[in-house]
Amino acid sequence: MSRLAGRFAELAKEGRAGLVTYVMAGDPDTTEAQKILDGLPAAGADVIELGLPFSDPMADGPAIQAAALRALNNGASTRKALAQLKKFREKDKTTPVVLMGYYNPIYIYGPERFCKDAAAAGADGLIVVDLPPEEDAELRPYAKEAGLDLVRLATPTTDDSRLPVVLEGASGFLYYVAVLGVTGTRSAASDDVSAAVARFRKTTKLPIAVGFGIKTPEGAAAIAKNADACVVGSALVQQVVEGPAAEAAGRVHGLVKALAGAVRAARAKRTA
Amino acid sequence: MTQLNSYRSGPDERGHFGIFGGRYVSETLMPLILEVERAYAAARKDPSFQKELDYYLEHYVGRPSPLWLAERLTKALGGAKIYLKRDELNHTGAHKINSCMGQILLAQRMGKKRIIAETGAGQHGVATATVCALFGMSCTVYMGATDIARQAPNVFRMKLLGAEVKPVTSGTGTLKDAMNEALRDWVANVEDTYYIIGTVAGPHPYPMMVRDFQSVIGRETREQIMGFEGRLPDKLVACIGGGSNAMGLFHPFLDDKDVAMDAVEAAGLGLDSGKHAASLQGGRPGVLHGNRTYLLMNEDGQIDEAHSISAGLDYPGIGPEHSWLHEIKRVKYVAATDDEAIEAFKLLSRTEGILPALEPSHALAHVARIAPKLPKDYLIVMNLCGRGDKDIFTIGERLGVKL
Ligand SMILES: Cc1ncc(COP(=O)(O)O)c(C=O)c1O
Repeated sequence: MSRLAGRFAELAKEGRAGLVTYVMAGDPDTTEAQKILDGLPAAGADVIELGLPFSDPMADGPAIQAAALRALNNGASTRKALAQLKKFREKDKTTPVVLMGYYNPIYIYGPERFCKDAAAAGADGLIVVDLPPEEDAELRPYAKEAGLDLVRLATPTTDDSRLPVVLEGASGFLYYVAVLGVTGTRSAASDDVSAAVARFRKTTKLPIAVGFGIKTPEGAAAIAKNADACVVGSALVQQVVEGPAAEAAGRVHGLVKALAGAVRAARAKRTA
Repeated sequence: MTQLNSYRSGPDERGHFGIFGGRYVSETLMPLILEVERAYAAARKDPSFQKELDYYLEHYVGRPSPLWLAERLTKALGGAKIYLKRDELNHTGAHKINSCMGQILLAQRMGKKRIIAETGAGQHGVATATVCALFGMSCTVYMGATDIARQAPNVFRMKLLGAEVKPVTSGTGTLKDAMNEALRDWVANVEDTYYIIGTVAGPHPYPMMVRDFQSVIGRETREQIMGFEGRLPDKLVACIGGGSNAMGLFHPFLDDKDVAMDAVEAAGLGLDSGKHAASLQGGRPGVLHGNRTYLLMNEDGQIDEAHSISAGLDYPGIGPEHSWLHEIKRVKYVAATDDEAIEAFKLLSRTEGILPALEPSHALAHVARIAPKLPKDYLIVMNLCGRGDKDIFTIGERLGVKL
């Protein structure tokens, strides 16, 4: 069983939702970024999304845009992101890591080589934001060969006629982008989210992670009642700049702990 | 490669021109893009849509634009016979409005209420603000902070027309970032908003649709040159930012084997300087803004900043159909520097009494290079796609004149 499938099976057994934490590779710099990544599992992350920095992140709001620029200005690259992951994997063999980024750096790296190197570094899946099902035939076979799940995105605009297109060939989990918009700008409304999650469950057995627009422990708890996992990104990335750079890891892990606590308690509260 | 019987049949149904083009957008945008595609496919087949567009192009934009035999310019260069396609005489002073008019009529058919656009030089922003005022639609234009500083007159023009101009400070604060920001706006406002893209770039169907709307330039040129000369021209020349004025002039001639085509990219401080906007001559294939095309980027696939004295050419990419035409060698891509463009600007001003925009000044710089060596019966048609009024401050600064 893949790390991702294993982790979602464990979560189902425990009867709780998972916390997926997004951080940007190389942000704010190589050393601090490593500390941030390495400490996520202990702080309560069940799955990690590692952002690959890109100069033109079209689907991201100001927080993640700024994170990508910080990283790039400090010498980050796709290659270095994989090196960061490799170091993480030397110590952590169990936490699934999904690489999330845009297609151009992967295309330039070479899709086949990228999938091989990512898997060798310890990645479990890929999310390529600007590679919809219509175009991902140029990446999918290589991801499959390397044993990487290709996670697809569904959004509020993904209606019942489009959903099968999204689900065809999807693996790992289904990532529901809960708000119309870019990352980190709006808040997800939990009612709309639970309706959407219910709709997806009718057509797929994949675990459903919900993200974009979850910022606080309370917000995460509300989503965690129905979804199999909730994803928090912008709020964590924002912590990097909320104080001295050398203490960024402490701030990020602090928020992860609070989020993890809320997510773990969410369903207990419902039955209580 | 299989033998093509037409260069004009692209793109395929998924929006590809060879390996270029496509629809590389996030899932939030995908259903919208498909909706635009369906709406445009229906409009394209509907004679009443074309009729309505023709009405506005004739009575509001002022088409057809003249084809002008530039006799003094021809004499000054001493070789080929040079015709100028006068799209700078369109309402708002550039070719951009051809496509804005088509797209706003489409937006209306789709029942959209709000228009967004990106702009570099401000010409596309002004054209968009203009058609929005004409049709009473709300208009938001994204413009890089750097460009706002160097194109102040156009910013003011857009505001006078009732548009909201939103400065973009993310990334490098230029055209590519304005396009990112417009795409971000669009995903957040999918229900009521239509995005009028200003060039033959973006995800399918935009490169095809903008080309179709701009092709009125080439269709008129065909008829006009037949009227003057009784034959087709030997060469077409146009400048390239994203490539819409060039596609508009070239496309109706692509299957005419004897018509050569030169497209002129901005060489900025020189192709070797690293400070230019020549995506085809200094870049390589990649994926940005919804399509695969030639891009300026570093070895990690991070997009580079483009450099040109002309804000309208200052884009690190190029429309995907041009990438294809480049690879199959149907069109020749050349470049002109900032300095060459300024010289060409001065040349046209003095020989023909026309201040060209800095964008087509690049095309003219190339014409000035090749015309002297060509015979007198060699016919060149150059797309004079914009007028230079917007650029007098930039040029004044270059020439050391305070305005
Ligand atoms: C007058 C003029 N010409 C050319 C361009 C470049 O665009 P394109 O290559 O799409 O024609 C612009 C863009 O702003 C422009 O204003």
